[in-house]
Amino acid sequence: MAQQTFKVDFMRYAPVMLALSGVLVLVSILALAVRGLNFGIDFTGGTLVEVQYPAPVELPQVQAALSGHGLEGAVVQYFGTRSEVLVRIPAGMAGSTGELSTRVLEALGSGGQNITLQRVEFVGPQVGDELVTNAALALLYAVLAIGAYVAFRFEYRFAIGAVVSLAHDAIITVGFCALVGLEFDLTVVAAVLTVIGYSINDTVVIYDRIRENFPRMRKASTREVINRSVNETMTRTIATTATVVLALLPLVLFGGDAIHSFSLAMLIGVLAGAYSTIYVASWSLLPTGLSARDMIAPVKEGAQTP
Amino acid sequence: MNRYPWWANLLIALVLAVGALYALPNWYGTDPALQISGQRGRAVDAVTTEKITAALKGVGVSAKSLTPSADGVTLRFVDTDQQLKAQDAVRDALGQDYTVALNLVPAAPPWLSGIGAQPMFLGLDLRGGVHFLMEVDTASAVRAAEERLVDDLRQLLREEKLRYEWVRRVAEGETSGVELRLRAVADVAKAQALIARTHPQLVVDTAADDGQRLIGRLGDPYRIEVRRLALQQNITTLRNRVNELGVAEPIVQQQGDSRIIVQLPGVQDTARAKEVLGATATLEFKLVDEEHDLSAALAGRVPPGSRLYPLRAGGQILIKDRAILTGEYITDAASGFDQQSGGAVVHVSLDSRGAGIFERVTGENVGRRLAVVFIENTTDSVRGADGKLERRSRRTEEVITAPVIQDRLGRRFQITGMDNAREARDLALLLRAGSLAAPLAIVEERTIGPSLGKENIEKGERAVLAALLLVVLFMAIRYRTLGMIANLALVGNLLLILAVMSLLQATLTLPGIAGIVLTLGMAVDANVLINERIREERRNGNSPQASIAAGYERAFGTILDANVTTLLAGLLLFIFGSGPVKGFAVTLSIGIVTTVFTAVFVTRAMVNLIQPRGRRTAVAVRG
Repeated sequence: MAQQTFKVDFMRYAPVMLALSGVLVLVSILALAVRGLNFGIDFTGGTLVEVQYPAPVELPQVQAALSGHGLEGAVVQYFGTRSEVLVRIPAGMAGSTGELSTRVLEALGSGGQNITLQRVEFVGPQVGDELVTNAALALLYAVLAIGAYVAFRFEYRFAIGAVVSLAHDAIITVGFCALVGLEFDLTVVAAVLTVIGYSINDTVVIYDRIRENFPRMRKASTREVINRSVNETMTRTIATTATVVLALLPLVLFGGDAIHSFSLAMLIGVLAGAYSTIYVASWSLLPTGLSARDMIAPVKEGAQTP
Repeated sequence: MNRYPWWANLLIALVLAVGALYALPNWYGTDPALQISGQRGRAVDAVTTEKITAALKGVGVSAKSLTPSADGVTLRFVDTDQQLKAQDAVRDALGQDYTVALNLVPAAPPWLSGIGAQPMFLGLDLRGGVHFLMEVDTASAVRAAEERLVDDLRQLLREEKLRYEWVRRVAEGETSGVELRLRAVADVAKAQALIARTHPQLVVDTAADDGQRLIGRLGDPYRIEVRRLALQQNITTLRNRVNELGVAEPIVQQQGDSRIIVQLPGVQDTARAKEVLGATATLEFKLVDEEHDLSAALAGRVPPGSRLYPLRAGGQILIKDRAILTGEYITDAASGFDQQSGGAVVHVSLDSRGAGIFERVTGENVGRRLAVVFIENTTDSVRGADGKLERRSRRTEEVITAPVIQDRLGRRFQITGMDNAREARDLALLLRAGSLAAPLAIVEERTIGPSLGKENIEKGERAVLAALLLVVLFMAIRYRTLGMIANLALVGNLLLILAVMSLLQATLTLPGIAGIVLTLGMAVDANVLINERIREERRNGNSPQASIAAGYERAFGTILDANVTTLLAGLLLFIFGSGPVKGFAVTLSIGIVTTVFTAVFVTRAMVNLIQPRGRRTAVAVRG
């Protein structure tokens, strides 16, 4: 029995951990400011064509074929093997109509090579702008909706902690993308939103325990209650994070290029989420002055007394 | 205290069984198939079927089966190579009167589809195909409406003998309307009253600086209606064109108030697809201006009311502005060959209104030349130097042919002047499919080749299986018996997700698969919560039965709170997301709901069943 009851004074390390969080957030913001996000064509607009040649091909050759068809300035790179080539044409170049992909194919096939079309993506500039707006709105509304739900089910101070911790996770995930130059496309936005969903899941579990422990530990300080709650849920936090990471690993390893950014962003976000639940969400209840009185006897006017 | 009543257990078992049944078709997958249906009232009969089998024999392909379907026959093949080979052969054998479409049909036994169990619909990233997002230039529909209005008003004023200086369309930035100036001040009030009666959609005022000038603007409700109708007509036209392409399960739907999504699964020839979908070609019939001198016009003195047009064969021709007939009156068009000359022609049929106009005008103009003007609209979206988005409409007009009207032309006639049979076929297709009410621009295009689609499916399946295996191992090692129960529930969960998605005919995409994987990882969280609670209760000295009961009851609130918040994120993803994000949101949201069911109710039922009654120590609960 009692094999896995953690007895760690988590809050004792809070100053160090908070400093670490601060550094991570700062690095993320710096990375975003300095390096910026490597936006995919979902957001920038432009054309992307992925083709497969029957045999390995030299990139200058491909470039020359494109230039011959008035497509100078296209970025050409290998994609996987030396016979798979990715061509990117930024928006606004050579008249960004949907016709561009057809021209790329014509140019590449002009040498009599039997190329196979793997993928074409074209996004018009106005669509890209809209996607940015929608993605930002979705993120904002998700955080607000979750905050409102937590404020309703718990107490408004819990909502502050939850929202701050969600923002923390989102910034770190996006910052990671900027730092390593991960292609930021729509699926990564989905990943960030999922990270938020996962992180709040984690946070709610600990908040639940904190709320439950307040009446049980009437004499204890808020700090002790939080410490005890984090300890009690620690085995669960480890087990759940482990299963999610175990599920995500195959996606990162064999999911393929199409969802590589997505799964990598998610992996980072999940780890950030598990950590922030303790050192951002739980800790942030301390400075808000939350006490046992708030949780036991309702202080609000007109509230029902048991 | 723990046992569910017998009917609750039965209900849970029933849900799982039904889930397994409806998930089953996905196991069988799909067969590549050809769907052959007759066009314009032609049926697929025994003779056609014989032709098909003969054509297949000719290229050495044998179909797995040939079954009658709703509007023709369906042929199944072993692989896509045979399917493609067969398509070419059958198309050549049957000719234009039949549509030979590529399709994927469920390979599951017929009794499954009999109870409505269908496999999931695979997204384009998993099966290959083209996705277009098209923007309808609805402003041009308003412009066209205003131009028609100008013609109407001129005629109206003439009929009422109100002399005018000009009637024209004016546009200034975002606002536009029609403007007319009358010759006599006395006529102003009369004209205003007249227009108000005949054109109630027009708000007419006198200009501030000039009492003889009237300015009319289309009312907002009318403008909105014009835009809506243009969008609707374009959707209908695109549907017709897509049908002509012979694609199975195409999607043509409205998005927002000016966009249309077109998805063509299995299509590889994107250039051809774009040609057929995007071209806003139409025909106009106009009289050749034979009163004026062509050479004078070429020198720059173009007479009013006429214009120079390029001839397809080369050179220019002077044509009168007024169109006798536009493409909207055309009901049918088919390509063929002229009996006498042997050249490619297009046979055109008109509706009764068009036929009436055409008969009258050609009757009045026998001996004169009639020009067939081909008009094509394309729109480019270009970001200008200042970063602002610019839209450029390109209108290409050329005269295909300008024959002398031999006789009064009726409802049916033919157009000559095409270079070859392919050109005639394309023109017939465009005319038959109807004209677009407003130009379309492709604002987003995504094409996935079939081999990449296949690769994506394989990777997805591998990831799901690997994730499942890892999670199952972890749970079994960490929680032993309770872990195994959670694992069984996890498999049940996967079945239910597949079943719900199949029942809803939701589209499975690659990010959707990622959503399933993530759900599998998070699903066991509920069981982890419950199991940790049970352990805790045991540590506090409670009996196994009491611990299980308390574990489930106390964890339930937490599980609910945790999942509702994730569901909130999923729903927002669905509302704001598009394409891949939506696919992900669907599986995530469905997964959350099925997770609560399997992780809480199914495991509890199973725990109850294996727990011995009474006070004996529960095997499943390690203290």
